[in-house]
Amino acid sequence: MDRKEEVILEVNHLTIEFHDHDTPERVVDDVNFVLHKQEILGIVGESGSGKSMSALAIAGLLKRHALSLSGEILFDGTDLLTCDRERLRSYQGDEISMIFQEPMTSLNPLQRIGHQMEECLRIHHKEMTKKERYDRAIRTMTAVGLDDAEKLYRMYPHELSGGMRQRVMIGAATIARPKILIADEPTTALDVTIQAQIIALLRKVNVKRETAILFISHDLSLVRQLCHKVIVMQKGRIVESGITEEVFEHPEQPYTQALIEAIPKVEL
Amino acid sequence: MRYVFKKCGTMLLTLIVVSLCLFIAFWLISGDPATHILGTGATPERLQALREELGLNAPLFVRYFRWLKGFLTGDLGTSYVYSLPVRDLLASKIPVTFFLAVFSFVLVCLIGIPLGLYTGRHAGGRADKIIMVCNQVIMSIPPFFSGILISWVFGMILHLFAPGGYVPFSKSAPAFFSYMIFPAIAIALPRAAMTAKLLRGSILEEAGKDYTRTAYSRGNTVNGVLFHHVFKNAFLPVLTFLGMSLANMLAGSLVVERVFNIPGMSNTLLTSIGNRDYPVVLAAVMWIAFVIIVINLAVDLLYRVLDPRTAQE
Repeated sequence: MDRKEEVILEVNHLTIEFHDHDTPERVVDDVNFVLHKQEILGIVGESGSGKSMSALAIAGLLKRHALSLSGEILFDGTDLLTCDRERLRSYQGDEISMIFQEPMTSLNPLQRIGHQMEECLRIHHKEMTKKERYDRAIRTMTAVGLDDAEKLYRMYPHELSGGMRQRVMIGAATIARPKILIADEPTTALDVTIQAQIIALLRKVNVKRETAILFISHDLSLVRQLCHKVIVMQKGRIVESGITEEVFEHPEQPYTQALIEAIPKVEL
Repeated sequence: MRYVFKKCGTMLLTLIVVSLCLFIAFWLISGDPATHILGTGATPERLQALREELGLNAPLFVRYFRWLKGFLTGDLGTSYVYSLPVRDLLASKIPVTFFLAVFSFVLVCLIGIPLGLYTGRHAGGRADKIIMVCNQVIMSIPPFFSGILISWVFGMILHLFAPGGYVPFSKSAPAFFSYMIFPAIAIALPRAAMTAKLLRGSILEEAGKDYTRTAYSRGNTVNGVLFHHVFKNAFLPVLTFLGMSLANMLAGSLVVERVFNIPGMSNTLLTSIGNRDYPVVLAAVMWIAFVIIVINLAVDLLYRVLDPRTAQE
């Protein structure tokens, strides 16, 4: 990975503070990193380490007035923290998409799968006809491993299993071919075999669609399988970062060592 | 479709059980229709003759099956007091109550839903706070008081209508409508306030759910999230309330019919209970039971259309 890579996302001095107590609580503290084109970057850490907050900030899903945000998140030359809402919305779902931990509740229970698949197209690609959207939805559903897409198109979320719903989420998030997919613990709520399938799917999206992925997880073994680079966060700060294999082989920080040692090993 | 048939069967059964309970209730409570009609000065012979004529001497179950047979063939009996077929008597009352209820219901929806949407959308804002305080006040005013207040303000002061001067539809449609607006407002106001409060709360609850976050992550505006995602979800609990409201309003608003002197079902029911005019009371209560069951069925069906999860058995 020594060729000159194109940077698509740059996070500089990102700091997030809550102000609902007397003393401000700093949940993300001076975080800096870059995401290159078609890269899978893992962010690991325990709960409360600030990894999800950073992800939500990049996806533009934090309420700006409820907490104080400083630093900058540069995408396409625009600072997502300070740009106007309309600009931010034009990226959301079209250039930057997000999938979440809970596939069971992340879909609207009253809308058909197909309708939710097409939402990003309805919002960002108004020039597309109904037929074009339908065709794209069917193709995307097939691409994310949903068989019998025509039938699924007319079904409701409650009729699908957790793994299928997460596939729907991934399909809906990538249907507009975003440059960045933020995956916040996308497999935590799923059982192990489904987990592996979803990881494989994310890898496929990364290769075929050339989508960079920001993979947030507390599961180091998954990060090791999937990510090119990794950032380790603790209490809102980045404590270590680098190419995944190097970090795993030669962790420099005691915290990282402890995390790696905590991975259960299968011994036969 | 099978579901509807099943529900209709249950409905008929419910109606029969209700009527049986009523019969037993009338049998238990004291009061003799014959004495009521003839007065306490009547001779025992005349009372006995009238009881025979009205069929009151037969045993309870004989009387019940006689009534049930009539009910199933569309004959509701004859009013003891007015000596008129009950069907003809109620035929002129039900449309009045029906119209008042539908009119009120439309007002409830037209006022309550937009207010709920607005306050839910702008929760915490100044307008929201003012509206919610007004809501609280309106909700706590009983209809008879708001009825009197409306009569006083719009009738006595502004002279927009003559309080108590009900005009039948057959006489003058415009006069009828302009009279009915005021009782409809009296019935609708507290329910509209409740609808708004319920919808607001429901919207706020739904707005905190995961699928709303997903909707924002796809680039929806606040209004986009509200109208494309939250509204339908938030409306479900409100639908139940609206259904109950409509059923209650169709059953008749006793107080408002009295205050505004409207010859509807509730007025008739109250008078007939006082008169021990059982055939009329029975028919009126059957109407109420019927309305409540039908509306419940309609709400159930609507739920199944709106929420695919309930349709799955």
